[in-house]
Amino acid sequence: MSTAGNSGTGLEATMLRVLIPVVMALVVGGLILWVLGKDPLDYYGYVLQRSLLRWGGAQETLTRMAPLLLIAAGLIVAFRAGIWNLGGDGQFLLAAVVTAALAPALGAVLPRGPTLVCCLIAGSVVGALWSLIPALLKARYGINEIITTLMMSFLGTSLANVLIKLVLRDPDTTVPQTRSLAVDDRLPRLFGTTIHCGLVLAILAVIWVHWMMTQTAFGLKLQVLGANRAAAVHAGFKVERLTIFAFALSAGLIGLAGAVEVLGVWGSVRADWNPALGLLVVPLVFLARFNGYAVIGFTLFFSALMVGGESAARRVGVPQHYVLVLVALLLLFLALVEYLGQSRRKRSAA
Amino acid sequence: MNALFTEPFLVSLLFGAVTAGLPLLLAGLGEQISEKAGVLNIGLEGMMLAGAYTGFLATYHTGSFWLGFLAGGAGGMSAALIVLLLCIRKGLNQIVIGIAITVGSEGLTSLLHFVQFSRSYPRLAAAPVLALPVLSQIPVLGKGLFSHNPLVYLGVILVGALTWMFRSTYLGLSLEAAGNEPAALDAAGVDVVRTRSFAVLCTGFLAGLGGAYMANVGAGLFVPFMTGGAGVIGIVLAMLARGRPLWVLIGATLFGTSLAMTTALQVAGIDVPTDVVQMLPFVVVMLVLVIFARHSMLPPALGLPYVRGER
Repeated sequence: MSTAGNSGTGLEATMLRVLIPVVMALVVGGLILWVLGKDPLDYYGYVLQRSLLRWGGAQETLTRMAPLLLIAAGLIVAFRAGIWNLGGDGQFLLAAVVTAALAPALGAVLPRGPTLVCCLIAGSVVGALWSLIPALLKARYGINEIITTLMMSFLGTSLANVLIKLVLRDPDTTVPQTRSLAVDDRLPRLFGTTIHCGLVLAILAVIWVHWMMTQTAFGLKLQVLGANRAAAVHAGFKVERLTIFAFALSAGLIGLAGAVEVLGVWGSVRADWNPALGLLVVPLVFLARFNGYAVIGFTLFFSALMVGGESAARRVGVPQHYVLVLVALLLLFLALVEYLGQSRRKRSAA
Repeated sequence: MNALFTEPFLVSLLFGAVTAGLPLLLAGLGEQISEKAGVLNIGLEGMMLAGAYTGFLATYHTGSFWLGFLAGGAGGMSAALIVLLLCIRKGLNQIVIGIAITVGSEGLTSLLHFVQFSRSYPRLAAAPVLALPVLSQIPVLGKGLFSHNPLVYLGVILVGALTWMFRSTYLGLSLEAAGNEPAALDAAGVDVVRTRSFAVLCTGFLAGLGGAYMANVGAGLFVPFMTGGAGVIGIVLAMLARGRPLWVLIGATLFGTSLAMTTALQVAGIDVPTDVVQMLPFVVVMLVLVIFARHSMLPPALGLPYVRGER
């Protein structure tokens, strides 16, 4: 699979390359449902109606996109730079917990605007800091970051719980959780909808990341690093510094996702809360071939499936985890279609 | 702190450590075989989960634990077959396909569990136990370490067998060559694709076996997402062990003990947040990495498909 995104094979070909796998995944997924005695058309129709056609569902779908997009932005930076940051869950949760603890405290002394800005920054910094050890180990000693980020992720998830239970706990609640941020103090909503402005931030972040990685000298340096580390060293890049910076930017964006989710939707973090979005977004980023614009489309698709799938679980009797089957099928078919395209090109070249 | 040294606490800690550690050991050893041969198996978690489901299903319907283990191994192998066909034969990206296997396996087993068992949540009878003669009579250690399902002892024997295989058999050397210098192996007349295919099927079998043990012996039932990151720890163990089976065993013991500590502390009635205990093995491993930071030793051809005649 090419790592450098779409390389000008024409919009039509790109659309086909995405549409064919989507249709195939929906058909094969439908067959699985049919074998299990469910009506696939009924299910798909219900999901579509609940997640996109109804205004309430559509708002929910768009709201869910915000953290997914920010995580995707963070992963695109890392993956394009050849860094497998798989520790998103720990970075996300720690940032969420620190933000949740900071927001009510800061809100008592500062007005709403500065409080929110400070909290968003704090979330990103926490996320970035949590990637520092894997970054240093990778940059200095070349230690595989898949191991270190995964371990830091487990560690961060537990540490977030310890913080909630022992340090940041709201004494007035029976279930361990942080103090709740008043609804009026959360991220402002957009034009009388229930969608918070974190979505705008997230879309801007993805577009900025895409632009930075493909159009700026700095982004291109990172891509060279990702494509061939030895070439980056040979070209005289400061590889250590680039590696650490790519890690920090990636984890910082994922931390920002945690902050946005807390400030925009939940207002507090309960112990043992872990939406595990960090690893869920990885397939979406691969599906989009590390392309920022494509990731917006796939995130919308996935978010709609999640929202629709949850109500379908109650109504149609298909558990929401069926969505995971669709994502897996989509990954398989996308990889296959790409493979077939490549071998056809090779054959016509030969 | 006297409660820490009572017999029930120590027995439950040792017994739990073995029960929690065995799936990690099997999955870690499996991953090690693949990594040696140059295949990065990110789908390990999915293979374990597939094995947990098929293993549970077989034991539930037949009542036989051995058939359950076999079926678990077969379930893991069927997931590994996807890696074999798409990554090893066709050279598709191992990380993408690995994630697809994990995500798909999570979704599919949840779906099947929902259709078949969501109303009844059936449990299995207690798994058979083989108390080793003499050894099981030792106080504390006997009940904790030497009165387990026979698969536990087989798992430990496997560590020795793999060490021998890697070091002194033709097959072991072929596997290592497939990861280090696939072109040289090819030149020596050994089929790289076939060697790697064998490795991946072994991984699938062992991961599935670990999953089946988790469901049938550890829990006595199947629940969606029940492997809960065991496959991820398995990958970590294999990478840290740098090709030595004994280190997978040591790592699995460390992580298994910390997982078991949670339950054991509850037995002893000590109120420590379980999360603190859960953090310990990761802290230890990270500290070891930071202090003894050396260049990691992974096979140079790890994750790269082999195409004859291409450089």
